[in-house]
Amino acid sequence: MQPETTTESSKTPPKEIIRLVDVHKHFGDLVVLDGITVGLRAGQTTVIIGESGSGKSVILKHIIRLLRPTRGEVHYQDQRIDLLPEAELAPIRARFGFLFQLSALFDSMTVGQNIAFPIHELTRRSHSEIEEDVKRKLALVGLDGTQNMWPAELSGGQMKRVALARAIALDPEIILYDEPTTGLDPPRADVINELIIKLQRELGVTSVVVTHDMASAGKVSDRVLMLYRGKFIFDGTPEEILRSEDQRVRCFVEGHCYEEDRRTL
Amino acid sequence: MITAIGSKTVSSVSALGRIGIFSWQMFRWLVPGLFQWRTWTRAMPLFYEVGNRTLPVILITGTFVGLVLAIQSYDQLRAAGFEDRMGVLVTLSLVKELGPVLAGIMVAGRVGGALTAELGTMRVTEQISALRVMGTDPIRQLVVPRFLACLLLTPLLTFFCDLCGSLAGWFIAVVLKGIPSQAYWYYVADAVETWDVSVGFGKSIVFGGGIALIACYKGFFCRTGAEGVGRACTESFVASFIMILVTDFFIGTLFTGLYVGIYGFKSLV
Ligand SMILES: Nc1ncnc2c1ncn2[C@@H]1O[C@H](COP(=O)(O)OP(=O)(O)OP(=O)(O)O)[C@@H](O)[C@H]1O
Ligand SMILES: [Mg+2]
Repeated sequence: MQPETTTESSKTPPKEIIRLVDVHKHFGDLVVLDGITVGLRAGQTTVIIGESGSGKSVILKHIIRLLRPTRGEVHYQDQRIDLLPEAELAPIRARFGFLFQLSALFDSMTVGQNIAFPIHELTRRSHSEIEEDVKRKLALVGLDGTQNMWPAELSGGQMKRVALARAIALDPEIILYDEPTTGLDPPRADVINELIIKLQRELGVTSVVVTHDMASAGKVSDRVLMLYRGKFIFDGTPEEILRSEDQRVRCFVEGHCYEEDRRTL
Repeated sequence: MITAIGSKTVSSVSALGRIGIFSWQMFRWLVPGLFQWRTWTRAMPLFYEVGNRTLPVILITGTFVGLVLAIQSYDQLRAAGFEDRMGVLVTLSLVKELGPVLAGIMVAGRVGGALTAELGTMRVTEQISALRVMGTDPIRQLVVPRFLACLLLTPLLTFFCDLCGSLAGWFIAVVLKGIPSQAYWYYVADAVETWDVSVGFGKSIVFGGGIALIACYKGFFCRTGAEGVGRACTESFVASFIMILVTDFFIGTLFTGLYVGIYGFKSLV
């Protein structure tokens, strides 16, 4: 099975800002990524879909070097980042925003402090400027006024939105979203979709979105990748995926269960 | 059987290696951090936390150990005609051994476990990864201030433990058994030297730093899930406990040998 995932950089003008080259990731005996090669172009929104446990979060964590490949290479622009020591990663990571699947808000800090944290750590802005930034970012996700609440007092969906505000606090060039709309009510989820689109249009942000939400995928993406058993089995536009003949892709898109799973029931 | 022992040995040696690397990384941030205001502002709340959690138990422990030592030794000392010197026994045991060890164990139980749980939860909920993503070193951010708090507060707590114990010994000897207060303190002052006090505090500094490193290490690398955090806490306490007793033995042996080498044997009776 040779998936149609090799890069096509020669014919497309936007530069590939992130490249994974033959990335393998094993956890002990568990093979999660089994040779992934993909280039992500600047200014595009790429959606990664795939069943639960297929390794979508693992891919995002490789892009920001929270994980290192067992074998293979990860490039950011012209730099190979999978070999860099942790200390040299800080300036690169400052260009990224990362929305964690489980939000990962600091529970020893208030909502306001959580969003102020990256600004405080990586810039020299004054107190009042930071306060202003925090207010603006919270307003973007519809939560201005919650600055003094603690993460424990928020609902799961609210935490997710605070985490998103924190991820975009430094106006990153690249944003990695791990299931941004999971756990949100449909109108809220759509606000997040609009936000992703807005950030891309107005600021030229490059986004990678992991999601199970096909409506969201269709709306925000320029390109869809489907991960299945450690490899990409689909790479194309959101229109193409609807026409895909591949049974595994169709099951996912249409929300059917797989034939083999039905039989075991 | 032999392979089991072998693999157990290898894994404990590699665990020691990992904790060594962890400590080295911590020290690399610690030294420049000492001159940064931010380090101290991060550590301040932890000083309060450590002191607040442990001071009450330490005062109680110190007092009761002092009482018990005095009660247990009084009859024997009186039979030998040495009851005036009861203070020597109580105070010296506390200053050299019991104070640092008991304070260490209390810090390990009250603070070490809590630190492991806190950092373990941060690990499991990916807050530690979030710190890395935001370009901050989690060791500098989380471990350095906790290390400083334990390192600097354990000696202080030891001091309070020693103090309570000595006063409790005095209470038994002077108030209950009628030994003259002057004689009691005269012998204490005669027997307890700067050397003993320094070795005692030296130990407590080592214990405090060791507890912080073990607790933070266990939290940082704990397994996922609430069960992983619980297990890490237990392991952290047991490891700290063993570390305290083992280093106590080695430091004790080393410095007793040194003392005899420098000043010669000193009889207390
Ligand atoms: N740090 C880790 N150590 C060991 N195994 C891991 C680790 N991270 C992920 N895994 C394993 O890798 C596999 C893929 O995990 P991942 O979180 O990427 O799934 P996912 O595609 O994001 O799923 P979901 O949609 O449920 O979030 C899982 O089987 C998981 O157990
Ligand atoms: Mg995931």
